[in-house]
Amino acid sequence: MKLNLKIWRQNGPNDKGRMVDYQIDGVEPDMSFLEMLDLLNEKLIAKGEEPVAFDHDCREGICGMCSLYINGEAHGPDRLITTCQLHMRKFKDGETITIEPWRAKAFPVIKDLVVDRSALDRIQQAGGYISVNTSGRTVDANNIPIPKKDADAAFDAATCIGCGACVATCKNASAMLFVSAKVAQFAHLPQGRVEAAKRVQDMIAVMDAEGFGSCTNTGACEVECPKGISLSNIAILNKEFILAQAK
Amino acid sequence: MTILKTSVAKKIAMALSGLFLVMFIFIHLAINLTLIYPGKEAFDAAVEFMATNPFIQLMQPVLFLGFIFHIAMGIYLEWTNRSKRPVNYVNNNSGVASSWASRNMIWTGLFVLLFLAVHFANYFIPFKTQQIHDHYALVTGLFKNPIYTLLYVLAFVALGIHLSHGFQSAFQSLGAPREKCNKALVLCGNIIAFVVAFGFSAIAIYFYFN
Repeated sequence: MKLNLKIWRQNGPNDKGRMVDYQIDGVEPDMSFLEMLDLLNEKLIAKGEEPVAFDHDCREGICGMCSLYINGEAHGPDRLITTCQLHMRKFKDGETITIEPWRAKAFPVIKDLVVDRSALDRIQQAGGYISVNTSGRTVDANNIPIPKKDADAAFDAATCIGCGACVATCKNASAMLFVSAKVAQFAHLPQGRVEAAKRVQDMIAVMDAEGFGSCTNTGACEVECPKGISLSNIAILNKEFILAQAK
Repeated sequence: MTILKTSVAKKIAMALSGLFLVMFIFIHLAINLTLIYPGKEAFDAAVEFMATNPFIQLMQPVLFLGFIFHIAMGIYLEWTNRSKRPVNYVNNNSGVASSWASRNMIWTGLFVLLFLAVHFANYFIPFKTQQIHDHYALVTGLFKNPIYTLLYVLAFVALGIHLSHGFQSAFQSLGAPREKCNKALVLCGNIIAFVVAFGFSAIAIYFYFN
């Protein structure tokens, strides 16, 4: 396959940045999108040019690092996948592909396609945990009976990999789907109820302080989420927030 | 205003004020329908009732505040949300993941606000400042103006689009369990949107031609 790539290049956080055109030949349809970028970088290095910086780690769809906005969509045109799971057979020979970093005030660009997503970590640190004494007399979690329905709902919320596609795709750069998944995964479980009110308030406070926008329920986040995190979680977060005010 | 400190609280306030305004719009539509059936006498009596009933008089400033709040907060939220993406995408294919109505609430809302200003100048201010008894003639007279009628119809189509997203979105903001009620809320929102857009527009078009 032969492709025309339009890639965002930015030398550092203070550089203005620009789209740069590249032509690439010899792309196999079975390559992943990241392998195609590897090929491009090998060619750039061979020519003595600066390779394109992009984030990646596990390359099996679970780490959430490969944050690329491809042809106007988070993780490209396919559904329920990360960029490493996107294959070049989804594109046509000769196609022009735009590749941009996640765009959000809370995700500043570090270099080229790499953004700083540590704002999500700080939200997590504000309440995405339960306090358990681990001094040696810890009760096994499996000793607490939990209805299958609740366990499944908690697990579904917990599959969020914190990739930030929800923020990238939201017109308001809102992190509500991420925060709601982290709130809901505990809200369904008895262990999570103990600190539920404080958790939701603290996580929302940090979410606002980090510069994410507010949710207007467009639902784009759910569509673009590689793990299919449901908008139901946002309704749960809103309910948890209202309940927390009553306490 | 500490109660409205967080983004989530602001959204809940938008939802509540929006649902309050939906209630008002249905009362307004019910009164407007009397223009066609039973007709002039019923409409004039309904207007007279609205102008003199103590409960309605009490609710008028509340309604006014509801409008001001919903509009001001909507503009404020849109303004701040826009600042959350200082550099836009060169290529943003947002249409594939969300509806036009949900992305353009500010524009449909501002268009309704424009109409509201015209409606105030043409009807509400004369109604409050002058001794008008023939309300029927005032209202139906306005519909003889093609530009006014066109603006009127477009404003209610915009309000319909606004409500098609706004109604179900309000319940989501209020934490309604999505699995259980989302389908019903979307359907309900679309019906409300259609009834409001069609109801108001049809009355205006009827009087333009009759």
